[in-house]
Amino acid sequence: MFELIRANKRRSVLLVVGFMLVVVLVGAAIGALVGNGPVFTLVALVFSAIVAFGSYWKADKIALGVSRARPADPQQYARLHNLVEGLCIAGGLPTPGVYVIDDPAPNAFATGRNPDHAAIAVTTGLLEKMNRVELEGVVAHELSHIRNYDILVMTLAVTMVGAVALMTDLAIRMMWWNGGRVPRQGDHGNSNNPLAIVGFVLLILAPIIAKAMQATISRQRETLADVSACQLTRYPPGLISALEKLKEDTTVTHSASTATAHLWIEQPMSGVGDRGKLGGVHKLFETHPPLDERIALLREL
Amino acid sequence: MAVLIILIVLVVVLALVGIVLYNGLVRSKNQVENAWSQIDVQLKRRLDLVPNLVETVKGYAEHERATLEAVIEARNAAIAAPDTPADQAQADNMLTGALRQIFALGEAYPELKANQNFLALQEELTATEGRVAYARQFYNDSVLTYNTKIEAVPTNVVANMLNYSKREYFEADEAAREAPDVSF
Repeated sequence: MFELIRANKRRSVLLVVGFMLVVVLVGAAIGALVGNGPVFTLVALVFSAIVAFGSYWKADKIALGVSRARPADPQQYARLHNLVEGLCIAGGLPTPGVYVIDDPAPNAFATGRNPDHAAIAVTTGLLEKMNRVELEGVVAHELSHIRNYDILVMTLAVTMVGAVALMTDLAIRMMWWNGGRVPRQGDHGNSNNPLAIVGFVLLILAPIIAKAMQATISRQRETLADVSACQLTRYPPGLISALEKLKEDTTVTHSASTATAHLWIEQPMSGVGDRGKLGGVHKLFETHPPLDERIALLREL
Repeated sequence: MAVLIILIVLVVVLALVGIVLYNGLVRSKNQVENAWSQIDVQLKRRLDLVPNLVETVKGYAEHERATLEAVIEARNAAIAAPDTPADQAQADNMLTGALRQIFALGEAYPELKANQNFLALQEELTATEGRVAYARQFYNDSVLTYNTKIEAVPTNVVANMLNYSKREYFEADEAAREAPDVSF
């Protein structure tokens, strides 16, 4: 477990460095396209640094806010609070913040930067559809994310993927404006600029890189959290039947967005079937392993 | 001169390693103790809930005096039990069995089953029972880590010097392994 935590911290640093690198490169690319390289690179550097630091301190709040989570009332959601507290005792963890999201689709996620600053959020749909042991399995899965420091990497990724998406979007718009402009003298040299071509390619690649990064972060993590969850509850059938219920349920989680997709226990967006022509490519961008695989693995415990 | 420097470096490195090992051991020991007190906290919480439950049930099930008295007796026995894993476990199992019988009363008295207070207490007691179980699980996990450190190289050297000894696991006794029988 300690190796896992160390690996997660290392990966968080890598993620931050990788993110800053991508942002600076994109900034330089925009600069090359618009014709003001150093300024844009500098702006990108400052921007990425602000986002990186902001992510560390505030990303959990952003993730909760984007999903419209509200603090769970201890009286109304007594069972949820009880389960969270019990499992925290089992794991020797401080009790995280408990949040609910008004959404009929059953789903849940955990966020924060370390066990002392963590929160778990579940949808009202999950509370309705799961019985006690199933809910316990789901909560244990989320607490495992907290205990293994998965939340740090995953939450950092939320804001960073979001920022990259936002930035490239902005850049492409800027290019449109630039493209619509009346050509001036000396302007036509731009199309021959090799840097501009590199920049253009980078702009297209950046969001794809960001997405693939998000996918690799999440996939093995989910199976690992499933197994650690059973280590907490000592009762695999609870989580198995919870995952089966999630599989049968086809409601799309509306509170989730592309940026937060990898946080949830079940992939919130419906994916294309894996047998399609683009199966292999599509699999690269899936944030979660198929539920069937996860259930089969738990059955072996 | 060179030999002296090497010797000094070696001593410093050894001392540092010793400190790290020692701190790890102390951390494990404190975790075991913390885990043990956590069990006590949860058991106490449970004992505090019992009188409330008895009061609530009294109003609905006058004729079940024997069941109620069994619970109170089990509670008193649990309070008086000495502070060792084995004794506590036994007293606690008795209380668990007695409480099961009270909850079974809910089936016989529909009005009781519909009572909000009874339901809330039932949820609270079920949750606390779960917490006790989880606290024990954490205690055993902590003891496992601690005992392994005491026996394994190289921490066993430090443990020997400090006279740290292995801790007792919490084990459910034979009676607890069988499900308590509920009679009407």
